[in-house]
Amino acid sequence: MPDTTKLIENLVEKYGKKRESLLPILKGIIEEERYLSEERMLEVAKALDISGAEVYGTASFYSFIDLKPRGKHIIRVCKTIVCDMKGKNEVIKTIKDCLGIDVGETTTDGMFTLLQTNCIGQCDHAPAMLIDGEVYNELNAEKVRNIIKEYKLNRQN
Amino acid sequence: MITLKINNTQVEVPEGTTILEAAKKIGVEIPTLCHHEDLCVAGNCRVCVVEIKGRPRLEASCATPAENGMEVFTHSAKVRNARNVITQLLLSEHAEECTLCYKNGNCELQNLAEEYYHDDEMFIDLAHEREHRIDKSTALRYDPSKCIRCQRCVRTCAEIQGVNALSAAFKGKDMMITTFMEKTFGEVVCTNCGQCVVHCPTGALTERTYYDEIWEAIEDPDKHVVVNTAPSVRVALGEPFGLEPGTIVTGQMAAALRRLGFDSVLDTDFAADLTIIEEGNEFIQRLKKKFVDGEEVALPMITSCSPGWVKFIEHMYPDLLDHLSTCKSPQQMFGALAKTYYAEKKGIDPAKIVSVSIMPCTAKKFEANRPEMKSSGYQDIDAGLTTRELAKMIKQAGIDLTKLPEEDFDSIMGESSGAGVIFGATGGVMEAALRTVYEIITGREVPFRHLDIQPVRGLDGVKEATIKFENCKSEYSFLEGAEVKVAVAHGLRNARKIMDQIKEGKSPYLFVEIMACPGGCIGGGGQPIPTNDEIRMKRIEAIYREDAGKPIRKSHENPEIKQVYEEFLKKPLGEKSHKLLHTHYTKRNRY
Repeated sequence: MPDTTKLIENLVEKYGKKRESLLPILKGIIEEERYLSEERMLEVAKALDISGAEVYGTASFYSFIDLKPRGKHIIRVCKTIVCDMKGKNEVIKTIKDCLGIDVGETTTDGMFTLLQTNCIGQCDHAPAMLIDGEVYNELNAEKVRNIIKEYKLNRQN
Repeated sequence: MITLKINNTQVEVPEGTTILEAAKKIGVEIPTLCHHEDLCVAGNCRVCVVEIKGRPRLEASCATPAENGMEVFTHSAKVRNARNVITQLLLSEHAEECTLCYKNGNCELQNLAEEYYHDDEMFIDLAHEREHRIDKSTALRYDPSKCIRCQRCVRTCAEIQGVNALSAAFKGKDMMITTFMEKTFGEVVCTNCGQCVVHCPTGALTERTYYDEIWEAIEDPDKHVVVNTAPSVRVALGEPFGLEPGTIVTGQMAAALRRLGFDSVLDTDFAADLTIIEEGNEFIQRLKKKFVDGEEVALPMITSCSPGWVKFIEHMYPDLLDHLSTCKSPQQMFGALAKTYYAEKKGIDPAKIVSVSIMPCTAKKFEANRPEMKSSGYQDIDAGLTTRELAKMIKQAGIDLTKLPEEDFDSIMGESSGAGVIFGATGGVMEAALRTVYEIITGREVPFRHLDIQPVRGLDGVKEATIKFENCKSEYSFLEGAEVKVAVAHGLRNARKIMDQIKEGKSPYLFVEIMACPGGCIGGGGQPIPTNDEIRMKRIEAIYREDAGKPIRKSHENPEIKQVYEEFLKKPLGEKSHKLLHTHYTKRNRY
């Protein structure tokens, strides 16, 4: 993991100190650290000379800016109506069985976090989920088991 | 000019006027919640919607400019129906505990609910689902379950104060107004100024009240309860009793306090005069150090009377704390003397004294509870009450303020000059200080007609004045011919302009007055609600009327001030002053 002060310094250098740089900077931190801690929010506030409340207000608006520590891979299962009708519950049940965690939880080894998300635009290929930036659709229990297995294998390599 | 019709009545308004303002001009009151004349337009509550002929949808009148030939209907059946639904929707998310609410009887949402009365709930009550987490910090109280998310507080904190302690967070049904990470006001950059309280249309933001404790102390025969009242309380206390803003009720207020049972009714204005003596001498001492002794001293010197401002500089400019006068505020000077000088003179055990101040301010509550404010050996001020809290106590006692005779303050520490009174208005401390400082240096009265230093008066955000010292007394010859530039700022966003200049080393001033609240203390966070510029001006005019009517206009001529130096303090900036009347500041984290 890179030096965090350096991380923010680099992001500020890249995007600038204007108010509108806030979101890209927060995104940059999420890409590195998976979540936005209280300390990071204050560092960003200081770097942009805005208040902590403003950073918190912006960060909390976005579902994909997590304020709680997350695992290395974040699984987001679409919970919106089409995916729900096409078997979202089975997808979630399979992931729960594979990883031994509930929605909102992280595996003890810190590898996976299971979350739900609003529509990710895959209604015609429902049910769908995201793992980090990757879309997986037309899911069923077997497909889900294979995907998770693959991620677990990658870890061992 | 633009001509339009509102409810079939023709009205002519300048370009840029909103429909809301145009309607007001012909006596049509459109209800509002998120709108406040001090703040930018938000248009989020939708209560002020009106029907405009030819437009398919209702429009928010606070955010829609009037146009030529427009035909507007402000209370048509369609509008009334929409407003009714909007009101009921707002109420469905609002904890309707009116009888348990401090703002009962002074709530804009309650007024609207009265106007659009419904005998049954139209929507499911969602308020109980919202978190009932009440922030009870020393000065302020926040109950999110009463918040209608109009963001008047957020805009106040940003636009008037430049503090941004509050922000809207999360979204949709979860959207809420909060501090950083939902911490309490005591833990974040909040200055406790209370402007959010003054601007809140409901009971979500209020001051933390202390009057129950004060009632208890009054009823305890072993306690000697002294009360002191700030200058701006006497020009605003009439408002909760139906009097016009700007009515002076000094005498009635003293009478009311006596009838409430306070053992001694004294005046913060006395301590304001004392502040001028100490602060004026501190200023001259700084000038001497700089220009005669060649020492490094922080100039401009900045006033320290406003506890909201003091907390602001502690958070925002911790490296510039040397610029703050070391003088305590009048409230704290009063407190330190009440349990020493007053106790001694009256032969009362200071342990039995309960010292209460009535302030236009919520930050005074925080100030009274600062750990360093115990120089008398006890907590110098036991409680700071707002003007609103005093009004409530007077009502609880069944007293009609308007029918009371005018009475005087008690002695000692009840006498004040006009200079002490004007502390309540922006520019007042500067004016009071100059009346004394000029006379110390030259032996003559400050060269303004009737002692009125007009350039530092009024509602301009930053005011400037230049005083030229000529024919100085021999010991102040180093100031001969000096043109001293001074500045006055009110509202913390204006304070920033002055502070940024100082930070860059470009400040042309030697002496600066800063007050946290717009208009100074008369517009304080503890004053009667509503407050706007019109009301601020009326209170300010009343302050200057009170000053003009005082037989003594200069702090150093107040006989009780002469007495306290002769009998107790000995000399300004002396050993006792240093111990009791001066303080130090704390560097705080901004984030």
